[in-house]
Amino acid sequence: MKKLLFGSALLMLSGFTDLAFAEEIAAPTVNKGDTAWMIVATVLVSLMVIPGLALFYGGMVRAKNMLSILLQVFVIFSLTAILWALYGYSIAFTEGNAFFGGFSKAFLAGVTPDSMAATFSKGIYIPEFIYVAFQLTFSAITPALIIGAFAERIKFSALLLFTVLWFSFCYLPMAHMVWYWAGPDAYTDASAAEAAGATAGFLFQKGALDFAGGTVVHINAGVAGLVGCLMIGKRIGYGKEFIAPHSLTMNMVGASLLWVGWFGFNAGSNLEANGLAALVFLNTLLAAAAATLSWLAIEWLVRGKPSLLGATSGAIAGLVAITPACGWAGPMGSIFLGLVAGAVCFWTVTRLKHILGYDDSLDAFGVHGIGGIIGALGTAVVASPALGGTGVWDYVGNAVAEYDMITQLISQSWGVATAIVWSGVVSFIAFKIADIMVGLRVDETSERQGLDITEHGESAYNL
Amino acid sequence: MKLITAVVKPFKLDDVREALSDIGVSGVTVTEVKGFGRQKGHTELYRGAEYVVDFLPKAKIEVAVADSLVEQAVESIVRVANTGKIGDGKIFVTNLEQVVRIRTGESGEEAL
Repeated sequence: MKKLLFGSALLMLSGFTDLAFAEEIAAPTVNKGDTAWMIVATVLVSLMVIPGLALFYGGMVRAKNMLSILLQVFVIFSLTAILWALYGYSIAFTEGNAFFGGFSKAFLAGVTPDSMAATFSKGIYIPEFIYVAFQLTFSAITPALIIGAFAERIKFSALLLFTVLWFSFCYLPMAHMVWYWAGPDAYTDASAAEAAGATAGFLFQKGALDFAGGTVVHINAGVAGLVGCLMIGKRIGYGKEFIAPHSLTMNMVGASLLWVGWFGFNAGSNLEANGLAALVFLNTLLAAAAATLSWLAIEWLVRGKPSLLGATSGAIAGLVAITPACGWAGPMGSIFLGLVAGAVCFWTVTRLKHILGYDDSLDAFGVHGIGGIIGALGTAVVASPALGGTGVWDYVGNAVAEYDMITQLISQSWGVATAIVWSGVVSFIAFKIADIMVGLRVDETSERQGLDITEHGESAYNL
Repeated sequence: MKLITAVVKPFKLDDVREALSDIGVSGVTVTEVKGFGRQKGHTELYRGAEYVVDFLPKAKIEVAVADSLVEQAVESIVRVANTGKIGDGKIFVTNLEQVVRIRTGESGEEAL
């Protein structure tokens, strides 16, 4: 989760003149342990994308499209990294209105090795540069997740165009809405908290909890994928021809890299290397394990055989579901959430997809969209201190606030609904623009031949 | 001369090669092939997608033999490739008009 970074210029602009506040922020310190952890966490999230996600997805397509998936993920990572530095970070994480930040840090203006970003503890900071890099990796994996929905048929140029539009008008505002706040130091007393709260993002103000990106990353990407696969249409031969994964070995290697990288994604979102980071770490591990087992068990019962693809899919579903909840759930709550996510996502990808008849090639919506919704709503349940959760911290009272599950569930629903509507609308428009400008889909001959040769002039394998 | 084409279960390939060597056959050509016969395929499930795999992998062995060896060769293959289960494969015997050894230019049975 995100915080506000306090460049000294922003501090001066913030206008809180309260003496106590001024003293508190007078000597903020960067914690070296936290800094080291955030560097490691950023490496881990990068690993999730390249090669983790690329292999996880790539293993599920046919050999003739393997290279296209690897390249799509690789290039989306590079492209969003640059966009993030140019304007993405500024729009997501500087003060603006409730939906978009401003351009004060465009081109990373004013960010220096001495700039600091707030954590979740008062007076404790990390270097802003590593915060920029950490958040960059989140903005990179999200558009890369979407490609699973329309794998094996999208035109590369259309994908890049879509990525730029979607990143700018969907990812950035969602990140701002959910994660932008003034940082804990601004919450000195009730009136200061109110003033600081008014500058936060729309969903932050609604009280929607999203520790590591259930709404911003997963629902956001899943819905975009659903819109994409509906607009692009089914693959040629879908439901008739043998369209099976070409390498479940690659898929398993990718899923495992995702799982390991997710420790950086979730525990890194704590921004500090402390006890809560340890809880997040354990929650992440347990939820993925529980979802693996529940998916596999149901598959075994219903379909007769336990499959590797079922195990890897279950693990990812569990990781997705725990993502928004990982900082507020207890270990048992995480297991519960994982069990539910594995079972429900199994149903969506094996049944719902066929009932509704869309071709979400690699189940970007079925796993990330649905898993994200389960996680976002489930956060309201597992966060409850009565159920072993940590509750929600009150930065004014400096204690855990009173917890009401129904109130929280309403807040969470705001997050889910906003993500669905915002991503649905922006994705539709972005795909339309890409379609009009370059066409979304390759021609039939190219699709038959495979995107590797026709789009990129290479083969993944020359055996 | 005859050309014997035997389609057998892949794991029987070594046994067939050995049996043919034992009766004096000095060379065979092997191809990995797929096909279907009376043996049913199997189904594969990938998440929600169910596929019936009709074409099963087999080994195709081609061996050219002198007329005197044909019966013995066919018997040997049948003996070692037989598991008694459906899907053991088939043997086709066809006339062979000419054989040439490329290195020496020898032809006919000399070239076998």
